[in-house]
Amino acid sequence: MIAAISAAALTLSGCAASNALNEEEETTAADTSDTVSVGVLHSLSGTMAISEVSLRDAELMAIEEINADGGVLGKQIEPIVEDGASDWPTFAEKAKKLLQKDEVATVFGGWTSASRKAMLPVFEQNNGLLWYPVQYEGMESSPNIFYTGATTNQQIVPSVTWLLENKGKSFFLIGSDYVFPRTANKEIKAQLEAEGGTLVGEEYTPLGHTDYSTLISKIKEEKPEVIYNTLNGDSNVAFFKQLKDAGITADDMTVLSVSIAEEEIRGIGTDVLTGHYAAWNYFQTTDTPENEKFVAAYKEAYGDDRVTGDPIEAAYNAVYLWAAAVEKAESFDVDAVKEAAGGIEFKAPGGTVTIDGDNQHTYKTVRVGEIQADGQFKEVWNSGEPVKPDPYLETYPWAEELN
Amino acid sequence: MAVVITQIFNGISLGSILLLIALGLAITFGLMNVINMAHGEFIMAGAYTTYVVQQAFSQYVPESFFNYYYVAAIPLSFLIGALLGFVLEKTLIRFLYHRPLDSLLATWGVSLILQQVARSIFGAPNVAVTSPAWLDGGIAIAGAVLPYKRLFIIALVTICMISLYLYLDKTAAGRKMRAVTMNRSMASSLGVSTKKVDAAAFAIGSGLAGVAGCALTVLGPIGSTIGTYYIVDAFMIVILGGIGSLIGTVFGALSVGMLGTIAEFWTGASMAKVIVFVAIIAFLQYKPAGLFSARTRSLE
Repeated sequence: MIAAISAAALTLSGCAASNALNEEEETTAADTSDTVSVGVLHSLSGTMAISEVSLRDAELMAIEEINADGGVLGKQIEPIVEDGASDWPTFAEKAKKLLQKDEVATVFGGWTSASRKAMLPVFEQNNGLLWYPVQYEGMESSPNIFYTGATTNQQIVPSVTWLLENKGKSFFLIGSDYVFPRTANKEIKAQLEAEGGTLVGEEYTPLGHTDYSTLISKIKEEKPEVIYNTLNGDSNVAFFKQLKDAGITADDMTVLSVSIAEEEIRGIGTDVLTGHYAAWNYFQTTDTPENEKFVAAYKEAYGDDRVTGDPIEAAYNAVYLWAAAVEKAESFDVDAVKEAAGGIEFKAPGGTVTIDGDNQHTYKTVRVGEIQADGQFKEVWNSGEPVKPDPYLETYPWAEELN
Repeated sequence: MAVVITQIFNGISLGSILLLIALGLAITFGLMNVINMAHGEFIMAGAYTTYVVQQAFSQYVPESFFNYYYVAAIPLSFLIGALLGFVLEKTLIRFLYHRPLDSLLATWGVSLILQQVARSIFGAPNVAVTSPAWLDGGIAIAGAVLPYKRLFIIALVTICMISLYLYLDKTAAGRKMRAVTMNRSMASSLGVSTKKVDAAAFAIGSGLAGVAGCALTVLGPIGSTIGTYYIVDAFMIVILGGIGSLIGTVFGALSVGMLGTIAEFWTGASMAKVIVFVAIIAFLQYKPAGLFSARTRSLE
């Protein structure tokens, strides 16, 4: 095992060959220590801090729990927290620092797809390991990334089907102007065409956009039955407040969002959200014994007024899945962990999740919930069993042209 | 027809919001020539003040009075903004009056500090402000709905504008302020205490930012970064309107608001931003001093 880690260190220091000998010595020395460092890389400042700070909290909580339980392979996990600052190049830079300077065993991090896309080449070049805990647009399967959030067929595709069956056929798509909404909407459009829905409008606004009056008057013109919302971050607050002011309630049009979890609801205000929907794999109200424990532990650690949510749960799961894979591999080596990860199961708060060895995503149960006046979700539909991840939508004939 | 009315109203409404955020800057940047990057954080301070007032009302005031928290929040936001501005002027800005680049960097640092302070106090996630019940709903005119909140902001900015005009034009303190901005040494030699005037002007400009923050809580997010969403627009409008001209700021805000909404209606939000920026740059090429040039014959 020492040999394996030294080999990894050699690969890492490939670009600074003169230091290779030094680093090898350091790693060997570190290996005898009783801690293993991992990176935690989220935006702790900037526009995405609203969402990402909680992921850091969940990951640190999982690390603490595992440490209290004896650690991984007898070693205590030592988190190194870095701030991605809502800035994609910073994410890449910090990832490089964690892999090359701190030589962490793995990194948990990211939220926006843009930050993941920025980190991806860094992890592939350095053969690092990234656990990405947020639902995303699919069409990706990096050998150096594990995706513990939902891919499209575990969130967007089933929710569109549910909307078509229960809420209406005419769709208006709105989203923030970056990679996730644009890719997701491409998929939704193909699905609508195949399943008998109609598209009446598609609009994008810059991240951080705060005036939605014009977009709302376009929506009023087109009178859709369903608004499919892939806005991200603070824009959601402005959109929902102004939608209500324009006299549109949940009875007039159904808004289904994929970026609004319990945490975001608190910042938007339930008065403007009640009755609208969101699609996720986990709600704080999900009824499992594991979730009861998880919610209680989270509130105890960070305060009674804090809430959990889907990405928070996925971030928490990621740490446990990594630890389980390490135990199975009996090594911290990236290749060995990847090899061992397939089939690893974890009884997560949102139901059992299993790593799919083929694409490094996880099997997850899909849920649609209605926002209640107390800021929690009432589950109105779930998939019954964990859905196999299919990031490239290969099992859907209508998605053929997207690849 | 309804769309046309709605869009004209949206243009005016966006213009009024832009005017509200730029009004304070029209004083500190326009009249005093201080590049204050922390202006957005005074907006943030006003928004958080509104949140705190709301929390206080929901705890200590009978429920029937809850809806009036907003009435109390507006002057308080002004005071908090003004207080922050006053402290900033006394401790930092006054040493940097003739060093615009230094004041740009220093106030940017201040803005980062204020954002972090807000995060430490209120947490990183947004906080929610429930808008008062009397601002819910709107007037329906020919099928178009004009939300009360937007009408309220138009009224609020009109009141701020008129008070500011009266202050600058009709009161002794306001006249002194104008005298100092036009010719500092002459005003000083005639016995005007420029130090006091500077501090007062900066506090008023910052207080107006606080009011803007209070008004924005009914429309948008309330978090540590809201200042950053508005600061660029605010500077843009003051420059477009013409530095040193209040009336220019009014026209600058209204034309950007109108152009922005029309462009967004025909294209999309991202494209509209590009169109507005290009239009402003092109206009400033043609008229570098802005819509209304307020240059006097003072020697500079």
